[in-house]
Amino acid sequence: MTAAADLAISCKGLKKHYPDVKAVDGLDLFVERGECFGLLGPNGAGKTTTIEILEGLNEPDGGDVQILGMSWRGQERELRERIGISLQETQLSEKLSVLETLRLFRSFYREGESPEQLLRDLSLDEKSHARVGKLSGGQKQRLAVACALIGHPDILFLDEPTTGLDPQSRLQLWDVVARFRARGGTVLLTTHYMDEAERLCDRIAIVDHGRVIALGTPKALIAKLEAPHIIEFTSEPRLEAEAFANLRGFHGCAQRGDAWQLRVDSLAEAVPQLIEAIESRNVRLRTLTTHEATLEDLFVALTGRELRDA
Amino acid sequence: MPEVRPALVELTIARLKEFIRETEAIFWVFGFPLLLTLALGFAFREKPPDRIPVGIAAGPNAQARLAALQKSPVLLPRILNEAAAREELRRGKISLLVEEGAQPVYRFDATRPESRSARSEVDDALQSASGRKNVFAAKELHVAEQGSRYVDFLVPGLLGMNLMGTGMWGVGFSVVNARLKKLLKRLVATPMRKSDYLIAQFVSRLVFLVIEVGVVLLFAWLVFDVRVRGSLALFALISIVGGVSFACVGLLVASRARTVEAVSGMMNLTMMPMWLCSGVFFSYERFPDAAKPFIRALPLTALNDALRGVMNDGLSIVQVAPQLANLLIWGVVSYAIALKIFRWQ
Repeated sequence: MTAAADLAISCKGLKKHYPDVKAVDGLDLFVERGECFGLLGPNGAGKTTTIEILEGLNEPDGGDVQILGMSWRGQERELRERIGISLQETQLSEKLSVLETLRLFRSFYREGESPEQLLRDLSLDEKSHARVGKLSGGQKQRLAVACALIGHPDILFLDEPTTGLDPQSRLQLWDVVARFRARGGTVLLTTHYMDEAERLCDRIAIVDHGRVIALGTPKALIAKLEAPHIIEFTSEPRLEAEAFANLRGFHGCAQRGDAWQLRVDSLAEAVPQLIEAIESRNVRLRTLTTHEATLEDLFVALTGRELRDA
Repeated sequence: MPEVRPALVELTIARLKEFIRETEAIFWVFGFPLLLTLALGFAFREKPPDRIPVGIAAGPNAQARLAALQKSPVLLPRILNEAAAREELRRGKISLLVEEGAQPVYRFDATRPESRSARSEVDDALQSASGRKNVFAAKELHVAEQGSRYVDFLVPGLLGMNLMGTGMWGVGFSVVNARLKKLLKRLVATPMRKSDYLIAQFVSRLVFLVIEVGVVLLFAWLVFDVRVRGSLALFALISIVGGVSFACVGLLVASRARTVEAVSGMMNLTMMPMWLCSGVFFSYERFPDAAKPFIRALPLTALNDALRGVMNDGLSIVQVAPQLANLLIWGVVSYAIALKIFRWQ
């Protein structure tokens, strides 16, 4: 493993306990320079607490954090110059214009981008003189990322950057992240969108109850499922689990509301067998869909719960 | 590319722009005190002194005497029958009674100043009516002593109250709002110096303070001829020290509040006793002596006393030093505590 000083982010045994919940409970994380790393998990998994500790905005109860080989104790100002942050729900001042906001943020840094140029890069130049209060959700979020980028950071922290955005705004934001990475920047982002994590991240840590429960590249994580295909079906009445336990290439199942989710090696083999099993039991099949396994399925397989409402 | 201005400058400009673009705030800061000055100034404007009521006993001479006395600009004569007239004199409803008879008889209480002036006015009027020629006609010059009218008392009080209100609200509201929107948290996530943020709040207050005080002073001068007797520079200094002190108190009140409702309540709780006790609309001399040391310790009392002293009595900086010291102590102590307990997230 690379030495902590060479890593963009290194944290070991991170703990943060609140009176009623262990938000972070012994979490390890190592992010290489130039990497895009995703923290994936349901709401309340401890993603925001973790990222805010890494950003130096929250004090851990235990553990060791190093950012760019520096510590928040004693090197805070230097670190602040070198990281850019987009918080989950900051409302920038509505009475200022886009350009005024960015100039204000630029003034906090010793070095940085030209506000005008950055607005062009983020396709916000047409809105330069618009008040922040008049921007759409996607434009506000891009401005928030612009404020994170204005100091020319080495690491960009994004906490749920696309939550609540329309598809086009999400694409635009992903594009911004891709360009930041193209010039060698490191990104740490949290999300509960699987597709976002698969699309943007080199590596992903799946977080639940304040711990990392799976870590790796999106492909490797999905491969962990062993079975690349998912069958999801509902029937009337509901089928017992023993009915499909003997399917060929069957690797496991999970309940999703009324539906069963089966992980299998081959759809061509498993689907006919499943239908046969259903018919032989005088049960009526109501719906049946199949898809390739995703991170979402991995999360369900790992925890028995769904990401979005876990 | 334009050069990058220092963070303190950018923060101050941002704060000023935010304020100017808040239309309602402009009214409360500038319009409200003007309206208050105008309304109260007119309500309590100086009226000519009341005429002195005198009685004339009914009888053959009564009508002639009534006509004579009505020519006097300071008398309010009435004809009454003897018994009723005596009763009214006893109860002080008239100051003097001219009794019937060829030679007038003046009945009055010689210990009452108003009755004594009634006697000389009545005598003058009756003597002239009977043909007395004045040796000369003296010209009268009426003096309305500047600085002694109610509006002179009111204007510095309103200025003090306004400096308190805008100082506390201007800083307190914007800080709590920024905290509520997590803007404070976002700002401390940058290399920004926290002191720059707080100082920018004060500097932007100063800019408005100059306009705010200037507008009210100019208005009071144009409409009511209210003037600053003492040094204008000293008056400005007191305004600035007062304004910044209250901005510090506002910062303290807002240092931990998480909601606008909470900070509003605390602001009102802080300001209410000062509105009532610190001599904005009436002098605190009317409060019991035991309460006065506490009232004088309040920052608004100090500010009002100093402003009033310089404006109406032309006091010097040495004479208002205790009030300035009071304001400085309130400001410095509030700022120190606020900085210590300030909640950035």
